[in-house]
Amino acid sequence: MSRWRFLLPLAAASAWNRRATLGLTLLAVILASTLLLAAERLRHDARHSFAQAVAGSDLIVGARGSPLQLVLHALFRVGEASGPISWRSYRQIAADPAVAWSIPLALGDSHRGYPVIGTNGDYFRHFRHGPGIPLQFSAGRAFAETGPGLFEAVLGAEAARQLGYRPGSQLTVSHGSGPLPSASHQDKPLTVVGVLAATGTPVDRGIHVPLAAFTALHLDWQGGQPLPGLQIPAEHVAKFDLTPHEIDAFLLGLHQRSTVFSLQRRIAAFRDEPLQAALPGIVLDQLWHSLAFGERLLRGLSWLILALSLCGMLAVMLAGLGERRRELAILRAVGAGMPQIAALLLLESLLLGLLGTAASVLLLAGLTSQCAPWLATHWGIVGQSPWPQGDELPLLAAILATALLAGLLPAWRASRLALADGLTPRL
Amino acid sequence: MIANPSLPALAVRALRYQWPGNPEFTLNLPDFTVDREHSLFLHGPSGSGKTTLLNLLGGVLRPQAGEIELLGQPFSAWPARRRDAFRADHIGFIFQQFNLIPYLSVLDNVLLPCRFSPLRARRAGDPAASARTLLAALEIGGELLARPAHALSVGQQQRVAAARALIGGPEILIADEPTSALDAGRQSAFVELLLAQARQHRSSVVFVSHDLRLASRFTAVRELPS
Repeated sequence: MSRWRFLLPLAAASAWNRRATLGLTLLAVILASTLLLAAERLRHDARHSFAQAVAGSDLIVGARGSPLQLVLHALFRVGEASGPISWRSYRQIAADPAVAWSIPLALGDSHRGYPVIGTNGDYFRHFRHGPGIPLQFSAGRAFAETGPGLFEAVLGAEAARQLGYRPGSQLTVSHGSGPLPSASHQDKPLTVVGVLAATGTPVDRGIHVPLAAFTALHLDWQGGQPLPGLQIPAEHVAKFDLTPHEIDAFLLGLHQRSTVFSLQRRIAAFRDEPLQAALPGIVLDQLWHSLAFGERLLRGLSWLILALSLCGMLAVMLAGLGERRRELAILRAVGAGMPQIAALLLLESLLLGLLGTAASVLLLAGLTSQCAPWLATHWGIVGQSPWPQGDELPLLAAILATALLAGLLPAWRASRLALADGLTPRL
Repeated sequence: MIANPSLPALAVRALRYQWPGNPEFTLNLPDFTVDREHSLFLHGPSGSGKTTLLNLLGGVLRPQAGEIELLGQPFSAWPARRRDAFRADHIGFIFQQFNLIPYLSVLDNVLLPCRFSPLRARRAGDPAASARTLLAALEIGGELLARPAHALSVGQQQRVAAARALIGGPEILIADEPTSALDAGRQSAFVELLLAQARQHRSSVVFVSHDLRLASRFTAVRELPS
């Protein structure tokens, strides 16, 4: 056995001796397997985080249009609003006997890139994420909604951490999603009163304010612009009726899930304005279904790129064999047999495969943690662990196996050369 | 596999080898033997099939007819694996040049046979210590041991190759023109050193060269047919 044990350090020393060329092919292998793993992780994390976020609501109601647009906007703050719906309609549907709870949502404002969500206390009571987990406060309390507690805000875990806010901090809301200084509600600052525990859903990035505050912020606005010459200071807003006229969407929870389709039909037939009720799970399934071709394409391309990088590795190893004929003949002379020569070459591709996959795991972990805020902000995708898990482990094994399989060719070629050369290579 | 020490180290009988795909070139060798602890000078001009003979003696080629017995064992009749193992255990090789793996240190190069042959590692006792002793005897100083082999002069490389061939005391030492890359003055010194070390390790020597001036130091001289 001992004549096998020595092969690994020998293969490593030999590879190190050719590190300049092997390094470049290794880089190609690293990048290719990173791409492959990243595509898989993105797919998995997207599905997982979307599924986590929609799990708690039976129906999402909004203006009639694309159900996908409604779900993405209401739950992930991605894309455009599908249009306002009236408060009256909301109250009417929320009073339906089949409805257990409802959460109104007014969207569209932001604070330093974090979405501001106008809602009410039902949000903290009824919103569920993942397998039915309610929201919890890691600090402070829910906003008070009325009286002196009107301009209060509750922050998601991620928003609070990134912005460095604690209960007591003050913030001003910008109109729209961009930080345009001209379109901000600077005259009416909000006070942070609570921070939610992390959920791994878009809730973590939300800044939740009372609907009344949302209305109050827009009292002296019209059509997305401050009304010239009109300014209503914060202390006077209490004189106004702060019941919102419009909201963007609302979430519904039912007493019995079995009534979901009949309620959906009733909402679709709602007489006062055109509404739709979307089943978030089904909408997401449709989304994944329509993305399946793209996913397969991306995965196919990633494998193709990996195959190309392994071809590069093969080319370098095969080209290197010319220079290594002397080395192989010397090993033959001191007693190495054909199986050992082949094993030496196989070990090299195994070594490259192992280094490549290990480095790509590290690279991906770095990328994942670097890109996590961006993915969460722009795509609503909340990353899981930066380390491989689930489907990625068999994928890693498959990459490694492919590298080893590719190594069979140089191993076979080296044995052929060594057999032909014997103890003295004819160079 | 402890062979009977009264049998010759090497016996070649009616050896014939034909290169596949090259029927005009056939190597026919007369019988010859090398006794234990003896040395044979094989003299042959280039093109006399020296390389082929070495590959046959090393067991990487197999003759079409005739036989090679090493230490009384039917070496040429064995399968390749067994010949590889026997070569690792009982034969030390020195070539004309490029004997060393360039990226390994001098010490690691000398230790190579012990990596592939547990028997030679055992015979060397402490292989690293044995390698140092051998290298010192062949006038390779301690400060060279850690250097990569490619940093050595040709003469030094040949002496390191000799140390590698001798470590673990193989019964047979085969040298193929080991002096041809050395200048005349160093040639005879190298042969002296090599033969002295072989005697000390009780190895039989087969020395192939075209330079008859070196022949007088060997116990027997044979001419390879051209």
